[in-house]
Amino acid sequence: MSMKVYQFTEQPYYPTWNDHSGSLRVNLLNRKCDPHVAADLFHRYYDEWQLSDELGLDIMLNEHHQTATCMSSTVVVGLSVLARITKNARLLVLGYPIGHRPDPLRVAEELSTIDVISRGRLDMGFIKGVPYEFPASNQNPVGVMDRFWEALDFIIKAMTTHDEIFNWEGEYFNYRQVNVWPRVWQEPHPPIWTTTGSTTQARILGERGYVMATLGSGYNTRPLYDAYRRGYVAKRGKAPGPDRFAYLGLVGVAKDKAEARRRGDLIAGYLRSSSIVHVPFRNPPGFLSVEDNARLLRGQTPPRSYTKDGRTIDMRSASVEELIDAGILFCGTPDEVYDQIVDFCDYCGGMGNLLMMGHAGFLTHEQTADNLSLFAREVYPRLKAWKQPDAEEMAAQAVVAAQKAPPNPAASARAGDLVDAAIGGR
Amino acid sequence: MSLTAESAAPTLVVNGTRIDMIERGSGRPLLFLHAENGIEPALAAIDELAKSARVIAPTHPGYGGSELPKGMRSVDDLSYFYLDLLDQLDLRDLTVVGVSLGAWIAAEIAVKSSARFARLVMANAVGIKVGDRETRDVADIFALTEKEFIDIAYCDPARGTRDYKALPDAEVLAAARAREATARFAWNPFFHNPRLKSRLHRIRIPTLFLWGTHDRVLSEAYGRAYCGLISGARFELIDRAGHFPDHEQPKAFAERVLGFAKAG
Repeated sequence: MSMKVYQFTEQPYYPTWNDHSGSLRVNLLNRKCDPHVAADLFHRYYDEWQLSDELGLDIMLNEHHQTATCMSSTVVVGLSVLARITKNARLLVLGYPIGHRPDPLRVAEELSTIDVISRGRLDMGFIKGVPYEFPASNQNPVGVMDRFWEALDFIIKAMTTHDEIFNWEGEYFNYRQVNVWPRVWQEPHPPIWTTTGSTTQARILGERGYVMATLGSGYNTRPLYDAYRRGYVAKRGKAPGPDRFAYLGLVGVAKDKAEARRRGDLIAGYLRSSSIVHVPFRNPPGFLSVEDNARLLRGQTPPRSYTKDGRTIDMRSASVEELIDAGILFCGTPDEVYDQIVDFCDYCGGMGNLLMMGHAGFLTHEQTADNLSLFAREVYPRLKAWKQPDAEEMAAQAVVAAQKAPPNPAASARAGDLVDAAIGGR
Repeated sequence: MSLTAESAAPTLVVNGTRIDMIERGSGRPLLFLHAENGIEPALAAIDELAKSARVIAPTHPGYGGSELPKGMRSVDDLSYFYLDLLDQLDLRDLTVVGVSLGAWIAAEIAVKSSARFARLVMANAVGIKVGDRETRDVADIFALTEKEFIDIAYCDPARGTRDYKALPDAEVLAAARAREATARFAWNPFFHNPRLKSRLHRIRIPTLFLWGTHDRVLSEAYGRAYCGLISGARFELIDRAGHFPDHEQPKAFAERVLGFAKAG
């Protein structure tokens, strides 16, 4: 299959999106959350994922904390429900913020169980977590990547050790009798995904061979993919296939162009709402490098998104047309959407996993169901049939490109952590 | 993390870690341990102190141009670093002066060994938990904008306001490093070591608490409670100063410290 498509919604509590005091995250009082409304929304989102499953789409879930942008504060709950009520869809968690978790053994147990209940449909995306998660978890943002890597190494070890009980006394985590039940369905372990926006990190992910997802990178994605390709080739001597790459794109499709634009505009509410956060929570110390923070103190703004023709846009405030031009929103009639996606994948040198935000914010259930159905019927089959660029050729180009213009580590570190927080807005 | 700000300051290597260290003045030795805002804001106070003492003012690991040893993540770690420094320089009969985080470090050193200390000055000190579990002793500075922080940390906010666009690169980098290092050492538990309070009785040297009256990061009641846990410690206020009295009232600060240092 040339491309897989994962339907994604943040499961927002959108009724408060126009009723807050300048912050939708961390310090928006939960009094604003009516549990009856929340219940209806959860059931609705699960219904829409069930529909996605029936339509042949895969499913992506995430979690955030203390926020009306995303009610899923513990992704394992959603995964558990969907593991039982869906039949065929892959269940991708992107991501599980293990940089924050006090107990990676618990993570390994939860995910192994979900892999078993779903009969091997789990994809495990691990992330360090967006900046605004730190006040909620009280995890120290300084050194979070070290913690992330140790947690990840531990989880893999816990999932792949079957014939002995092992010991772990690391820098951050200590266990003496590890033996996870049930053991994972998928051998050696469910596929590992993660996100980045930094070429330095992308290369490391290429070396490790994990599926690498980016979001909001638009027509600035290729350098990340090429860095991954170089890391992958250096380690394995062959090119990574398009299945190693994932991209989160907002999707608004309709028979009628004007209706499609309306849907696109509603879905872009995700970008606009995500940036509404009490200022000090946007950039906890240690989340960005010292050099990046020094630049921010100087008033230098972080990089924006780029359109195909090189214009910069701010996706928090951009128009639908600008978002389309930047490859952040795929929007229009089925023909238009197909063309936009293929054009983008071509630019990327191949991309095999579209993380489709087919619902956000105020898009109604009816609109969402139609959006997903139309996409599944009229766009998806053509994407599956589309021939991806030749992986070996793309990898060879990536290597040559780096020889001509070596990547600038300073610049890449900078774009770096915008990654997970692409829409954090600083 | 090997990055350091470029610095012309003299350096000292302790256990393989290079730190910036100012040495100024002559007379009885005085170790100055700067607050979480770095060494720069303390320079005027250091000059005042150096008029009557030999001031030794290191920049803490992770701050300014000082390296950060791998694995160092707590004030406890810092205190052992400074015990090594004291041994290396063979300092004796020291007056130790710490401001805020620096005072916490001073206390962590002193509960381990005050053999090299003659006197201790704790200015607007953090480091212990005083209130109940739902009462915040220290303002959650990481939940504040810089302006909000300056408003509660200074008597005169203009004193704390920095124009980063006009500052030299090294100072901007130092400000960024200070914020990161402070979070490294004080994020959780927040600006305290739960074990420290029960160890303070081990400090048996003359101790003076200095307290900027306009500090709203900490309360005066917090300072008085802290002071009450060290036998014989005195508590004095410094007017027209907030959380960083060394920065806001360098002359008055130095006078109090030097007066105390001479006293016995």
